[in-house]
Amino acid sequence: MEADLIVTCLNKEFGSFRAVEEVSFSVAKGEFFSILGPSGCGKTTLLRMIAGFEEPSSGDLLIGGRSMRGITPDKRPVNLVFQHLALFPMMNVAENIAFGLKRRRVAAAEIRRRTDEVLERVELPGFGDKRIHQLSGGQKQRVAIARCLVLDPSVLLLDEPLGALDLKLRQQMKVELKKLQAKVGTTFIYITHDQSEALVMSDRVAVMNRGRFEQIGSPQQLYNDPTTPFVAGFVGDSNLWTGVVVEKDGEAVKVLTDEGFVFHCRQRGGSGRSRVTLFLRPEAMIIEPIDRAGLNIFQVTVKSILFDGANSRLLTATAAGHELLVALPQNRAFDHIAPATEITLGWHPKTGIAFELLDQP
Amino acid sequence: MPLTLTLLGDFVMKKVVLFAVFLMLCSSAAMADTLQLLTWKGYAPKELVDKFEKETGIKVEATFSNNEEMIAKLRATRGAGFDLVQPSQDRISSVQKEFKIYQPIDYKKIDVGQIVPSMLEAVKKNTLVEGKSYAVPFCWGTSGLVVNGAQVKGATSWKALIDPQYKGRISYRLKRPALIGLGFALGFDPFALYADEKGYAAMLAKIEEELIKAKPLVKNYWANGDQLLESVRAGEVTVAEAWDNGAWKLHDGNKDIDFVAPVEGALGWIDTFAIPAKAKNLDAAYKWINFIMKPENSAVFTNAEKTATAAKGAGKFIDPAFQANFDRSYPQTVIDKIKWYPPVPAKLEALEGKVLDKIKAAN
Amino acid sequence: MKRSGMFWIFITPVLLWLVLLIFLPHLDLLLLSFRGDASWTLDNYRNFFTEPIYWLTFVRTALYSIITTLLTLILALPVALYVTKIAKPGLRGFLMVLLMLPFWVSELVRIYGWMILLRESGVLNYFLQSLGLTNQPVEMLYNDATMIMGLVYTSMLFMVIPLVSVMDSLDNSLIEAACDLGASKICIWRTIIIPHCKPGIVSGSIVVFMLVLGNYLTPNLMGGKNSLWFTEQIYNQFIASFNWNQGAAFGFLLLVLSSAIIWLGLKLTGQRLGELSS
Repeated sequence: MEADLIVTCLNKEFGSFRAVEEVSFSVAKGEFFSILGPSGCGKTTLLRMIAGFEEPSSGDLLIGGRSMRGITPDKRPVNLVFQHLALFPMMNVAENIAFGLKRRRVAAAEIRRRTDEVLERVELPGFGDKRIHQLSGGQKQRVAIARCLVLDPSVLLLDEPLGALDLKLRQQMKVELKKLQAKVGTTFIYITHDQSEALVMSDRVAVMNRGRFEQIGSPQQLYNDPTTPFVAGFVGDSNLWTGVVVEKDGEAVKVLTDEGFVFHCRQRGGSGRSRVTLFLRPEAMIIEPIDRAGLNIFQVTVKSILFDGANSRLLTATAAGHELLVALPQNRAFDHIAPATEITLGWHPKTGIAFELLDQP
Repeated sequence: MPLTLTLLGDFVMKKVVLFAVFLMLCSSAAMADTLQLLTWKGYAPKELVDKFEKETGIKVEATFSNNEEMIAKLRATRGAGFDLVQPSQDRISSVQKEFKIYQPIDYKKIDVGQIVPSMLEAVKKNTLVEGKSYAVPFCWGTSGLVVNGAQVKGATSWKALIDPQYKGRISYRLKRPALIGLGFALGFDPFALYADEKGYAAMLAKIEEELIKAKPLVKNYWANGDQLLESVRAGEVTVAEAWDNGAWKLHDGNKDIDFVAPVEGALGWIDTFAIPAKAKNLDAAYKWINFIMKPENSAVFTNAEKTATAAKGAGKFIDPAFQANFDRSYPQTVIDKIKWYPPVPAKLEALEGKVLDKIKAAN
Repeated sequence: MKRSGMFWIFITPVLLWLVLLIFLPHLDLLLLSFRGDASWTLDNYRNFFTEPIYWLTFVRTALYSIITTLLTLILALPVALYVTKIAKPGLRGFLMVLLMLPFWVSELVRIYGWMILLRESGVLNYFLQSLGLTNQPVEMLYNDATMIMGLVYTSMLFMVIPLVSVMDSLDNSLIEAACDLGASKICIWRTIIIPHCKPGIVSGSIVVFMLVLGNYLTPNLMGGKNSLWFTEQIYNQFIASFNWNQGAAFGFLLLVLSSAIIWLGLKLTGQRLGELSS
């Protein structure tokens, strides 16, 4: 596939602080690419370098095969949807959308045609004469995107545009945005600190931490196969144990946890009898498994039931008091479980991943 | 839109402030024995104010102003707010006729023996309204030319102010003295024409024409005395219409610069004491007049301000440097030629105002 | 509507102030302006229109005030942008103090400062001559350009402050968004910054226009011999000519005509005064 954006060894320093460190990636044409990371991880700086508002300290970035070093934002074939949308309050919807076209000296009739067309595409037909303050949050969102899309950018950058919306609307816009991107086929680069947004919408996600990319992959890869403890901890929920590797055979290891369990699991990198952290998804644990062959089995006591529909969980504790979250499938098979019941849990060695414990706990 | 309301600016506020000041003065006068003096800068030297307070227990609060503003202030309050004012003698009778802002002087309360008799008589005559006189002379001087002799030769006439050879080095105050002086220089007798409004207007028209024609020669129209003195001292201006005392101040620093009484005659003014119609502290006003006209006291003023006094017998207290200036500038022949301002008829000032505006606006 | 006692307690000083200090003196002046020597007359107003020197002086004053206002606006816009958007917070306070510093001394002192700088024997000429840039001292005072410069200098703060406050409320991302959408610097000024700053521009311009129109010292001292300003004519009427009636009429003409100019200006730029408060 043809790459729309290629970033190589990009660095950005503010004084002695390195906001972005040795970042390299490429985004294919038509891809929905997300950059996920906690606030302060450097993702906004990275986005602003792509848009042209910040100049990289070193490294290069190419859009459509052309280097963007030294090219000002107004000359780049990318557009940015701002965090707070930055719609122009002194203009109406149509004028907002026509703004970029006017700067390109497109004929008035053509501007009108394309404005109407893009409003149609974002499902706001006839909204051209509305003032910005008359729009709802979701409508503003779509106008902001339409204002960029009308320019047919090679790459559309989105800076946490859903951040300001309430939860319900955010859920809805996630789906809409994904549909819209599929429809227009423009390359989207989306930054967010909300893993659910990134996982739901993206073709690929890069997880960023302290200025570096930890891992790039499909949402499934990130979730099921994290390559760093940060990704394992940041993407999705995990239960953690610390322990020591007592046996190792390639990826397969046997871990003795600090509270005395012996678990079979996988290990990423590392060697010998090192201390590790073991990550295990709540839904990887099977409650009262029938076929126990090859599973890690242990006993816990239910402390409480966290009912949340399809997302319901049990809060349990081991004999040593270690708290664990366990997914509770709503298939009526576990209706008998009540707080203080003792249950057996089993999990498959493939689903647990151990990472060598570095300096941090 | 409250902004526009502030536009009328000065005058409204001045009236209001004056009213407020007047209220405060009334109350303060009741508390302490105070003389409210409205005068020119320098006419109430601190030394004398302190001495007066020590002798009489009366405090002097002086407000500094000029002829036009003194009249405007008293007119605004119909002669209240001050106990004693010091207008020039020619600006009293017409103002008194029209606005009634002064009260007659009780000459019995004045120690007339301290005053040069001829000057007292002249002032009495010039301020006579309906059989009563309104002023006592205080000091006198003339308007003439200040000339930098190093650069300017032969500037002896008022015509120097419109002489092309001094291009760009001429300055005068765009006020009456320049008009009157030039009137004499152009062969009119402005003082004789005071009685003839038409003739006076014709003369003003001629002067206006000359001054507009000569406007490119002018460096600037000076607005305050210190500004003029600075320009002459710096050499930016070499010939200017000025008061004698200012010229003498410059002469002390640079002997090239001196006062020149124009051949047509310097214009003589006498500043006086007059008492506003609604003065509160009459007793203090008369005490101040008698106090300051004592020879030794008036000499203090003369030495400080380099202005000749109307007090008799001050000679032995006068600074020799002042005496030298005076004798150099005023030989008897020059004194004889001084044109003393007669009282100005009210109508003429409006005529002059318009002419002055036109000159200033001309390009 | 029923008003509480508190309302009257708070409003009374304001009403008193308005009536005693603003309304009554103006009423007095208004009556004065219709008085002739002995009777009621319109002559004082007629004089303004029939005597070219009067209305020409007004036209000149108004034109120069408009020019000064425009120049001040053009200079103040980038200053305000720098203060609000580019300068670091610490520098920003310092810059505001710098802007206000000249206003800690009286206008008279400020103008004398300029005169010392610009006069023929002044500081600037001294440097020009010692640098060999001129042989002859140049007179930089007493012309219209200097006068306008002085007026702009005096007015700057009154334009910058309202502009700073409106620019503060301008979201930086609007500027970046415009840039991102392909707008040049000039285009961003025209389409984003100036429309956003309109309320500040209008109020700043009105203040500056009124201040300049009502100024007396600067035109008189820096403009020199050709600079008859309309306020000076009012002063002359009151003080020199003792013609209070004419002076009062001029005062009211200044009030009415300057209001008319502002109204016209608002009309031409499609503004409404009521919007200023928003």
